[in-house]
Amino acid sequence: MLARAANNLYWMSRHIERAENTARMLDVTYRMSLLPYRVLEAGQEWADPWALPLVITGRATAYYELYPEITPNNMLHFMVLDPSNPSSIYSCIQAARENARSVRGAITSEMYEDLNQLWLDMRNVDYPHVESRGISEFFDWVKLQSHQFRGVTFGTMLRDEGYQFIRLGTFMERADNTARIVDVKYHTLLPSAADVGGAVDYYQWSALLRSVSAFDSYRKVYRDVITPMKVAELLILRDDVPRSLHACMNDIYEILRNLSDDTQLEAERMAGELHAKLHYGRTQQIFDVGLHEYLMDFLDGIGNLASEINRDFLVPVYPRPGATQTQTQSSYLA
Amino acid sequence: MNMPTNGSLTAQRWFNEMYDESGAPREHYAAFANWLGSKPVEFMLQKQKEADTLYARQGITFAVYGDDTGVERSIPFDIIPRIMRPGAWKALSDGCCQRVRALNAFLKDIYHGQEIIKAGIIPEQQVLGNILFRPEMRGVHVPADVYVHVAGIDIVKVERDTFYVLEDNLRTPSGVSYMLENRKMMMRLFPDLFSRIPIAPVDHYADVLLDNLRAVAPAGVSNPTVAVLTPGSYNSAYFEHAFLAQQMGVELVEGLDLFVADNYVYMRTTHGPQRVDVIYRRVDDDFLDPLAFREDSVVGVPGLFGAYRAGRVTLANAIGSGVADDKSTYVYVPDMIRFYLGEEPILQNVPTYQLGKPDDLKYVLAHLPELVVKEVQGSGGYGMLVGPASTRAEIDAYRERILASPAAFIAQPTLALSTCPTYVQSGIAPRHVDLRPYVLSGRAVSLVPGGLTRVALREGSLVVNSSQGGGTKDTWVLEA
Repeated sequence: MLARAANNLYWMSRHIERAENTARMLDVTYRMSLLPYRVLEAGQEWADPWALPLVITGRATAYYELYPEITPNNMLHFMVLDPSNPSSIYSCIQAARENARSVRGAITSEMYEDLNQLWLDMRNVDYPHVESRGISEFFDWVKLQSHQFRGVTFGTMLRDEGYQFIRLGTFMERADNTARIVDVKYHTLLPSAADVGGAVDYYQWSALLRSVSAFDSYRKVYRDVITPMKVAELLILRDDVPRSLHACMNDIYEILRNLSDDTQLEAERMAGELHAKLHYGRTQQIFDVGLHEYLMDFLDGIGNLASEINRDFLVPVYPRPGATQTQTQSSYLA
Repeated sequence: MNMPTNGSLTAQRWFNEMYDESGAPREHYAAFANWLGSKPVEFMLQKQKEADTLYARQGITFAVYGDDTGVERSIPFDIIPRIMRPGAWKALSDGCCQRVRALNAFLKDIYHGQEIIKAGIIPEQQVLGNILFRPEMRGVHVPADVYVHVAGIDIVKVERDTFYVLEDNLRTPSGVSYMLENRKMMMRLFPDLFSRIPIAPVDHYADVLLDNLRAVAPAGVSNPTVAVLTPGSYNSAYFEHAFLAQQMGVELVEGLDLFVADNYVYMRTTHGPQRVDVIYRRVDDDFLDPLAFREDSVVGVPGLFGAYRAGRVTLANAIGSGVADDKSTYVYVPDMIRFYLGEEPILQNVPTYQLGKPDDLKYVLAHLPELVVKEVQGSGGYGMLVGPASTRAEIDAYRERILASPAAFIAQPTLALSTCPTYVQSGIAPRHVDLRPYVLSGRAVSLVPGGLTRVALREGSLVVNSSQGGGTKDTWVLEA
């Protein structure tokens, strides 16, 4: 298929997945902010949960250019509605819809209508609307829209190459986001060794598990108290948890193998390597390296893989005789 | 110049498509009128609202240039169909095909032997001096000698069975997606109507288009790859480009997706370069190839014209077809039909004054308040004067523009366009309509039974263009 079309499909699903993950992340933040354990003993005040989304998305600098301090209100504006923030839910939905519009011939009309309606609805959302609906309810709505779009895609689209690129975008974005969310614990959640296993720790881990819809899975799998080792195992190494790193890499590796045909492309090899580390990894190794270091290493790997996918499929360069063109979109016809 | 002696051409009592003079529904509208009469007003208003919502959700939009309020808008759709009798359609359809055959022969002729000029039927200057004439196309062979693969013929009706051709659109005529979407919408809103009334289907349009495009592939290509070339998602007709590509099951490409190597055209795909044989292009000549035409084009493909000349790729429509749809060439179309086909024109032209002619100019300047004046190379309803609907000041300003360059204008009597009942704020009221059927050529010259009916939504307005606030209706050709 056209490389540009593949690129748009890949980013369409990345943007929707990102909107969903931003909603998940903000929801867990909101829930944690309601916990009565904000300040511990003197000298052990831990970070405001509302700073977490900035840490996770790396948008702190952009935030402080616009707002003097972190408040729930400002954060929700910035992360949900701000069109100048490319990670905001508003921007993600807008971008996904623009991607879809650029390739509407490559997706089904049901998919386009679903996304277009989502965009039309999102355009009418303002802060009073979010507040009156209830903040968690709003995030549930965003998640539901993402589920719905995935369902429409799954239920209507031809299993062609375009479908593969849509799935690739979903899992690349999801792997990145899950790794970032698990890493949150490193930044803020462990105030002191004494608290490990305490009530605060329990609420924090359970909020984190809920944010990736894995709380019930945890209960089912372990039937035990929540411990960091087990959470890491669940969200990193187990491949039967749909948002775990291993599950994402299973899909990514398989998709890239299908897309590569017979030619072994670098992207396929890199995905295989990342996959093998998860497939053959052990929880103890992760904690020997350090959870944060392990996750940073994984995020580097996913970043490099994304660049390679660009080179191999989405923005290929051929030798082009003749003139060069600058990339711009314009409307020139009168 | 022949003046219209036929009083009905400009009569103030407009022909109503649905009702006769006594207010009774015409025979071919009877079944629909009966059905409509059985429906409560609220039901119809509800359906009208539903249609508006569905169009917005489906993103069936067009962009209006010079309007800063938003990039996209839904085109207003009216739920009362325009219905045609089989007999009227037959004459119209034959007339459109005849016209396109003649226009195609004309294009082949002027880029080769120029017999029509030698025969003294069209002045040399009219052809060679036209800025839409492409000297680069002289002697270039195009597959099957087809230049006009898709034509949109704008037709108005002034009374029962009296049709006039308003203009021919031979470059990149748009609107066919609305013909198809309007039908889909009507079937969705009122499925019962389609079981009661024998309405000829139109939805095979994309199949016929693809079949014709494949038929004009370069020689020796047995399984041609077809693509639709769009200027991009910011173009006013982008929805249609994407729609047609999807309906035909072919790639929708932008200039940057294509490149030329060794005079062959390739798409950049996820599996390397892939040959393209036929391009249904929705990009104007000027912007197709920055090496051959406008250097500043960012939506074209460098080297495309070279590949085209070498016969390695087919472009539909052919480069240089615009010279035949220019409003100053329009007046010669009946003569072309006689010259190339040896037939009498089935459809009439609207009497047209060419302001480059001193006598015509003098008459027009003295009668501006009664006439419609258009730029010869204009389109989309931009830059025209509708005398009866204009103020004194507007007319005077337009007069200055004419005097600055008379040959750039033509004038026509203000036609008494037929009307069709239409939902407006005050209820159902007659509004003026025209019709654009789409003629396809390649394997054969044909058209699907239907077209795009455009309706001027403002009371009294005769301008139906969507860029000027026009809406659309489904067009039903009844099966014989």
